[in-house]
Amino acid sequence: MGTGEYLFLFRGLQWTLALSAVAFACGALSGLPIALARTSPWPVLQRLTAGYIALFQGTPLLMQLFVTYYGLALLGLSLDAWVAVAIGFTLHASAYLGEIWRGAIEAVPSGQSEAAKALNLGYASRMVDVVLPQALRISLPATIGFLVQLIKGTSLAAFVGFTELARSGSQLSNQIFKPLLVFGIVGALYFAICWPLSLYGARLERRLAGTAR
Amino acid sequence: MIVLEHVQKHFGAFQALFDINLSVRAGEKIVLCGPSGSGKSTLIRCINYLEQSEGRIIVGNVELSAGSKAVNAVRSDIGMVFQQFNLFPHLTVLQNCTLAPRRTRRLSKADAEAKARELLARVKIFDQADKYPAQLSGGQQQRVAIARALCLEPKVMLFDEPTSALDPEMVKEVLDTMVSLAEDGMTMICVTHEMGFARRIADRVIFMAQGRIVEEGPPAEFFGNPKHERTRKFLGEILPSSGTPIVPPTTPLK
Repeated sequence: MGTGEYLFLFRGLQWTLALSAVAFACGALSGLPIALARTSPWPVLQRLTAGYIALFQGTPLLMQLFVTYYGLALLGLSLDAWVAVAIGFTLHASAYLGEIWRGAIEAVPSGQSEAAKALNLGYASRMVDVVLPQALRISLPATIGFLVQLIKGTSLAAFVGFTELARSGSQLSNQIFKPLLVFGIVGALYFAICWPLSLYGARLERRLAGTAR
Repeated sequence: MIVLEHVQKHFGAFQALFDINLSVRAGEKIVLCGPSGSGKSTLIRCINYLEQSEGRIIVGNVELSAGSKAVNAVRSDIGMVFQQFNLFPHLTVLQNCTLAPRRTRRLSKADAEAKARELLARVKIFDQADKYPAQLSGGQQQRVAIARALCLEPKVMLFDEPTSALDPEMVKEVLDTMVSLAEDGMTMICVTHEMGFARRIADRVIFMAQGRIVEEGPPAEFFGNPKHERTRKFLGEILPSSGTPIVPPTTPLK
């Protein structure tokens, strides 16, 4: 394998990272309202978001990608593969992050909200100033764990023709007929990104367990 | 100042409060006592709408109702101190005290901090404003919680077993703070089993059992000559031994 081949794989890696970043950022932006709706006092919002989360947790990611990719096209939206895939992963991430953060919000002791209410803080301030900062801390290990899953999950975008790292690998191995070498390198690249994140998550988890009383 | 009329509270099928009628004058200090599960905490939590109840609750000249306007008006007049302190662990002592004034009163950071430091000094928390709650002892945390509530300049303070979660040696410092607050004329409703404190500051002691007010009266009468059998039994259980004078656990304040 020469420099050209490596560059080809790195271009795929860039798309993997870009897709992961967009999916995680957009998923976080829409996951937060989902978590808030899930923990809100209004039953309608609770049930709607519970259904949304159940739908995405109960179906395979690949199927979700097919449905968004082909479904959006059927609706007459001729979107770039990149945009369609990003939408699919965003929906997926928003459901999972919504559920992770719901758990974290509920793990903040109820006395915290009560004290905030007694201080006459409104809902927005109760959440932004009191509950969410604590929930975020609690949720960090699980959130990072999900990010690792998401990065690896972006390899499924290869099935709908999006050329990220995994698809770059299969294209390359079809050209140079060295599948073991190519996929070994592809695997190592995924590992090089995911493993430090996992370590960081585990360290955070230990630190949180240490400070919690 | 506070009027409760026919207040009832249900938790599902369980009735926690039965037909509570109570009126508290401005400046009055009430001590609520009774066995656990008697509804005393539930009662004070209804007053600032942490629990929804049936019946009428009037604070100042506002009648509590489900609308956020009435709830906000009532809560802005009432400070509350909890058994578990409920300080915000991710904020410093100073930030704990300035959060609500800055959000609800729109005070500037400097004004809120000046006010907070003044009140922290009043509860004898010196040089600890920049620490986090976990770095303080239980007694210090509870005094910060009192200062935090005072920063909103409440007209009434509710105390929900403020010393029950404290190690014995820290009870006194919190009670001293409460006594000095009482002596400054604050209207107070305290759920507590500190009978020395009750004798010293209470205008009225109210005894509750099974969701009802059983007996109430000035401390001398309440402790000296309890009328109801249920009250006598309770006092017999929590006081050292009958006949022993109860020495207030608090030292005189200057």
